[in-house]
Amino acid sequence: MKLHSDAWRNISFMMIGATAVFGGFAALTPSDRDDGDHGIAGHLASAFVSQAHAGETGELGLGREALPEEIAAWDIDIRPDGAGLPEGAGTVADGEAVFAEKCASCHGDFGEAVGRWPVLAGGFETLNSEDPVKTVGSYWPYLSTVWDYVHRAMPFGDAQSLTDDEVYAITAYLLYVNDLVDDEEFELSNANFLETPLPNEANFFLDDRLETEKAFWNRADICMQNCKESVEITSKARVLQVTPGDGAGGGGGEEAATGAEAEVQEASAQVETAVVELDPEQVKAGKKVFRKCKACHQVGDGAKHRTGPMLNGVFGRSAGTADGFKKYSDAMTTAGADGLVWDDATMSEFLAKPKKYVDGTSMAFAGLKKEADIAAVIAYLRSESGE
Amino acid sequence: MSDNSDPKPAGVNSRRAFLKGGLAVGGALAGAAAARAGTPDPAITELQEWNQYLGDGVDARPYGTPSEYEKHVVRRNVEWLTADPVSSVNFTPLHELDGIITPNGLCFERHHAGIAEVDPAKQRLMINGLVDKPLIFTMQDLMRFPRQNHVYFLECAANSGMEWRGAQLNGCQYTHGMIHNVMYTGVPLRLLLEEAGVKTNGKWVLPEGADASAMTRSIPIEKALDDCLVAFKMNGEALRPEQGYPVRLVVPGWEGNMWVKWLRRIEVGDEPWHHREETSKYTDLLEGGTARRFTWEMDAKSIITNPSPQAPITHGKGRTVLTGYAWSGRGTIPRVDVTLDGGKNWVQARMDGPSFDKSLHRFYFDFDWDGRELLVQSRAHDSTGYVQPTKDELRAIRGENSIYHNNGIQTWLVRENGQAENVEVS
Repeated sequence: MKLHSDAWRNISFMMIGATAVFGGFAALTPSDRDDGDHGIAGHLASAFVSQAHAGETGELGLGREALPEEIAAWDIDIRPDGAGLPEGAGTVADGEAVFAEKCASCHGDFGEAVGRWPVLAGGFETLNSEDPVKTVGSYWPYLSTVWDYVHRAMPFGDAQSLTDDEVYAITAYLLYVNDLVDDEEFELSNANFLETPLPNEANFFLDDRLETEKAFWNRADICMQNCKESVEITSKARVLQVTPGDGAGGGGGEEAATGAEAEVQEASAQVETAVVELDPEQVKAGKKVFRKCKACHQVGDGAKHRTGPMLNGVFGRSAGTADGFKKYSDAMTTAGADGLVWDDATMSEFLAKPKKYVDGTSMAFAGLKKEADIAAVIAYLRSESGE
Repeated sequence: MSDNSDPKPAGVNSRRAFLKGGLAVGGALAGAAAARAGTPDPAITELQEWNQYLGDGVDARPYGTPSEYEKHVVRRNVEWLTADPVSSVNFTPLHELDGIITPNGLCFERHHAGIAEVDPAKQRLMINGLVDKPLIFTMQDLMRFPRQNHVYFLECAANSGMEWRGAQLNGCQYTHGMIHNVMYTGVPLRLLLEEAGVKTNGKWVLPEGADASAMTRSIPIEKALDDCLVAFKMNGEALRPEQGYPVRLVVPGWEGNMWVKWLRRIEVGDEPWHHREETSKYTDLLEGGTARRFTWEMDAKSIITNPSPQAPITHGKGRTVLTGYAWSGRGTIPRVDVTLDGGKNWVQARMDGPSFDKSLHRFYFDFDWDGRELLVQSRAHDSTGYVQPTKDELRAIRGENSIYHNNGIQTWLVRENGQAENVEVS
């Protein structure tokens, strides 16, 4: 429609404008462009002004109109008034199943959290304590934020993979584990979404620093000499011993870490027997596939245990035996004790269907569908895991 | 004490200032004469490798990197802070820098889902919502808008957040390193919004990132039309991937979380969205259990970077340079005060280098150290008349659970051996 002719018009008038500038029509002022009649004079002025006063013009004719399908694909945000919520529904019971499969490996079965991952449930009556626990139930002001965030960013490392119904179900389950609904059959939908406000909404207020901290401005009490009688040290960081590298110098701990890592790599190298030729292209492809694993696993230089075990030296090792990793499921430890050793074949089967291959594994990953992806990620793991 | 703010040699002034203030720094004068060497210095008398042999040619380092002797100057992480490095933060080595510009490779990183590796050929910026015409811009489209250049600091709202309850981390890299200061080249957001035509009920914008956290924040339209930039260059070169390549939002003076990286969309709306990063996070829990929200502006703050725990005084007593940064999200820093005795006596530091709006400022205090224990602090004054408070003054108003916006005065204890540590004083 209009877009095309607009674009053409702007190009041609830019040329005229340039001529005008070089021709010395310097007397045109910004007000000349607002003639509104789309006449030659107006556009000529407009083009001129956009050069003379960069950054002060109106429409420049750049970009193209967004299509409705494009807006629909990206415009996924939800607001407290429910604006943006799609049609859909899910029950607490549905949510519990999805949560167990896709969320519990980091957030715990009931939102209590594993390690330092966010706690999602409980924490009531703690906000005024020395150890406030800020959860969906105790702190978050709006339920819409839960829906929006889970939908746009969760599961961590596999964002925007949940269906709308699954998001409703997970949101319902989070209400349930926070005791905000008590029926496992409770179904949350776009229709009843606003009926369950979160309890802490009223405790948020707008930034009031200009008022409550007014005393920090234009202080009359700025003292420069003899400001206090004595000075006592009241707190020291040193007693906590939590600084990386232990403070001064800042790098001591680094070296120690490197040493430990070298030891780990050496140990894994001894277990290895066969040397495998790796295809660099496949390794490169595998690095991309490994992004799906990175939320929980590390491999290569400096790799450490995270939610899942560090994968250096995994090939040739018995399942469930990575040194220092304490979060193995019983199923994985048993599989190792029963003789499961990681090689190309066993790793391929496991990665295709983790929960089928090791029934009871805590790895909350559905599996890789493409054989090429499995082969690639194995090649990548072999390239990085200390061979 | 205004007699130290003039451009005379600072040492003279500072000595006078401190004597006036009752602190006997003058004792150092006796030992201040230049040291005399007993034996010839082999660094001079012996032929060094680089004196004799040829070095690398011009093509050996097509993208230059720092000297091998500067390998320790890197961003560092505090592992116990977060669950996973993919959603974590590291820290700028402030004590190794000077001037006001942060080198691109040392700008601290904060990711919520790791670094998105965006192909610029597939970069699109969408403007939608309450606009006359929703638009899509490619990189080429963005490069055709009039550009501007500005130096701005970016500070994470959680910078110094670990220090709310007392001194915790030994090093300004860790206590204050969630900040960087670079020159951005970009297009005023106002121009992009005007191109789409903001409807009269458009009061808020929602920038959104293309990474796997799809970061969003609500920003009032007044700020969006005032000084926000859609930036594609930092310090003259393309944004680094970890800083949002190819396009990030610049929200001058406001908390870093709002500067959405890997920017893919800006929606215009009539109400704020109250998304995760402005409700669950980046709200300031106060004593009593209530919480401030939309605390966007970064209060004036300063930090002495040298001496500090990672940068002890190693030359013994005598002439030394104390230096640091000061900044304010509300303007410039006309003045910084420094104390060596824990706040009994203060002098004005010497401001040096350019003073840009919402940018880091550099201050120095040059003095003769008498080798005695010091308790050093700095206190920033900004162009709106705000004076940096003590940590206790902040706690009196906010309690100890805020996490964010800790701009209290920092104290370093410098021992007689020159080693420094993070302490708090009465």
